[in-house]
Amino acid sequence: MKRPELIPAILTILVVAFFWKISPDFRDVNYLLANTTIFAETGLFAIGLTLIIISGNIDLSVGSSLVLTSCLVAKFTNDGTPVFASVLMALIIGTLLGTINGLLITVGKLPSFLVTLATMALYRGAAQAMMGPASAKVPQPLKGIDRSDFYGLPYPFIIFVICAIVVGLILHRMILGRWLFGIGTNKEAAHYTGFPVNRATILAFAITGFLVGLSALLMDSRLGVARHDLAKGIELDAITIVVAGGTAIAGGKGTMIGTALAWLLLYFVKTGMGVNNLKAEYQLTIIGIILILSVFSQQIADRFSTIKQRKTTKIEAR
Amino acid sequence: MKGKREVGLLVVLVLLVAACSIAKPIFLDPRNINSILLWMPLLLVAAIGQFPVIVARGIDISTGSIVGLSAISVGLLLKTSPNIPVPMLFLAGGLAGLILGCINGLIIAFGKVPAVVATIGTLTAFRGLTFVVSKGDQIDSNAIPQSLTSLANQGINLGNVTISWLLLIGLAFAVSAYFASNHLQFYRNIFAYGSNPEAAYLRGISPKTVQMVCYCASGTLAGVAGTMYLARFGFANPGSAGQGFELIVIAAVAIGGVKITGGSGSILGVFLGCALLSCINVALTVLGIDADWQLLVYGATILIALIIDSASQRRKVIA
Repeated sequence: MKRPELIPAILTILVVAFFWKISPDFRDVNYLLANTTIFAETGLFAIGLTLIIISGNIDLSVGSSLVLTSCLVAKFTNDGTPVFASVLMALIIGTLLGTINGLLITVGKLPSFLVTLATMALYRGAAQAMMGPASAKVPQPLKGIDRSDFYGLPYPFIIFVICAIVVGLILHRMILGRWLFGIGTNKEAAHYTGFPVNRATILAFAITGFLVGLSALLMDSRLGVARHDLAKGIELDAITIVVAGGTAIAGGKGTMIGTALAWLLLYFVKTGMGVNNLKAEYQLTIIGIILILSVFSQQIADRFSTIKQRKTTKIEAR
Repeated sequence: MKGKREVGLLVVLVLLVAACSIAKPIFLDPRNINSILLWMPLLLVAAIGQFPVIVARGIDISTGSIVGLSAISVGLLLKTSPNIPVPMLFLAGGLAGLILGCINGLIIAFGKVPAVVATIGTLTAFRGLTFVVSKGDQIDSNAIPQSLTSLANQGINLGNVTISWLLLIGLAFAVSAYFASNHLQFYRNIFAYGSNPEAAYLRGISPKTVQMVCYCASGTLAGVAGTMYLARFGFANPGSAGQGFELIVIAAVAIGGVKITGGSGSILGVFLGCALLSCINVALTVLGIDADWQLLVYGATILIALIIDSASQRRKVIA
């Protein structure tokens, strides 16, 4: 299919229309906007994961990197630390953790699924070893970004949109993006074409790490404390977003707009279910079904479009 | 070379046990060995289910939720009729797992959804179902009959070491899987499919059948592991039963030398991988490593195993 992001777009419109019709609480635009603050954190590393999945890799460790970064920042800063220092620290740590993943995959020649499965345990384990059962307080000046807004738009939402645009430009308009698509389509061919496969892969993981650092800051700022057991299972949410957005899990195909739209879809579904007091356990089932359905519908659309293509090529051949 | 991997694993296992027992002689205490042996059966059965899936280039991430859902289902069954004989409970667990695995298989083989995505989806979906089915209530220990829990704490006594019935059941599965993987034509087809799906298809092996059977088997064994979960722990919580178990299972299979890209691996390797992970887990406790450090050591172990593996493979290519 030429435009895989059509499916999340259509689904989003349907979901919004549905909830708009059945629940008056959903029609509160201010509430809808304010609620984006939590989802922006997941959205940020869904952006990075888009790059990674397009390059044919996967990163399961994002949730654990998020927790490790947020714990380190909370532990080693205090009320006296200037804000920009803790911001810098979070971004550097996040980027570093992502780069470690990238190095292990490229230099160690290991499958990304296994490496990030291991670092998923490793990073969260490091956070747990460092913190124990205690929680660390986030310094005062860092707190409360979720409650501040810019002409009604909450800052986390703005950060998400800016990151999506910037990384989207990197993916679709810059050479790194071409490299990643090439690696995802055919790694060996990309290598023989002269693409710097290792460098591009490490960069994709480093960018994701950077976004994870940003996400950790947002979470620290929102919660005011950091614990080792936060954000469990969040990597699955992020993968759901990326895949529902039309990015092929095998790599080589995908768009940033698709990811952004799928983020919107998941956000509206979750908010709508929350507004309607749907139990958390039903929500889990529904999210799982959405993931499978969206990929399934893409497969069907793909099959139809290939049939069409075959027909046209046949006609051309005549 | 065939069998090299297994020998390597065995050496690591022996070294680990030796190091631990020198550092803390209590490691070889019968009670401690019992706790290692109690760790194994669940992991072993689920890993044997995961094995053909990974050989066939797939992955089943929903294992943890299937264990949870079948444990809860069997528990609910026991609540309504407490006098069901134990073999029927295993059958019920296996049946619940079979249905769930069949759903996975249908989505992957006929829906053509990539395995990673499909089973991540069913991981959350089945976990949600666990709450729906149980209405959020835990299966308490008083609902579980003595005859089931005795499988975990009784068995054949060798000196002071108890080989629990649960472990024997697990070993029975392992042995039958070992023979099946070496002698069953269909199991060889799975390997053929895993090493080259197109060639296997041209050879007359149906990819859909292979995938369906793999995911159904994985689901069934995860379901059996669910009943074993009830026997071992004596309760089941819809939130925590089997939570995160899939990663331990995949780690055990990967450490056991099964190629994650499919086509190669052995049941013996999986068995040793399970044994190694169980030993590490118990060793951490015995060595007095704080519980907070366990996850870190655990992750590091998987990573080291991976690096050693890839290093040894590269040397083979040069030689």
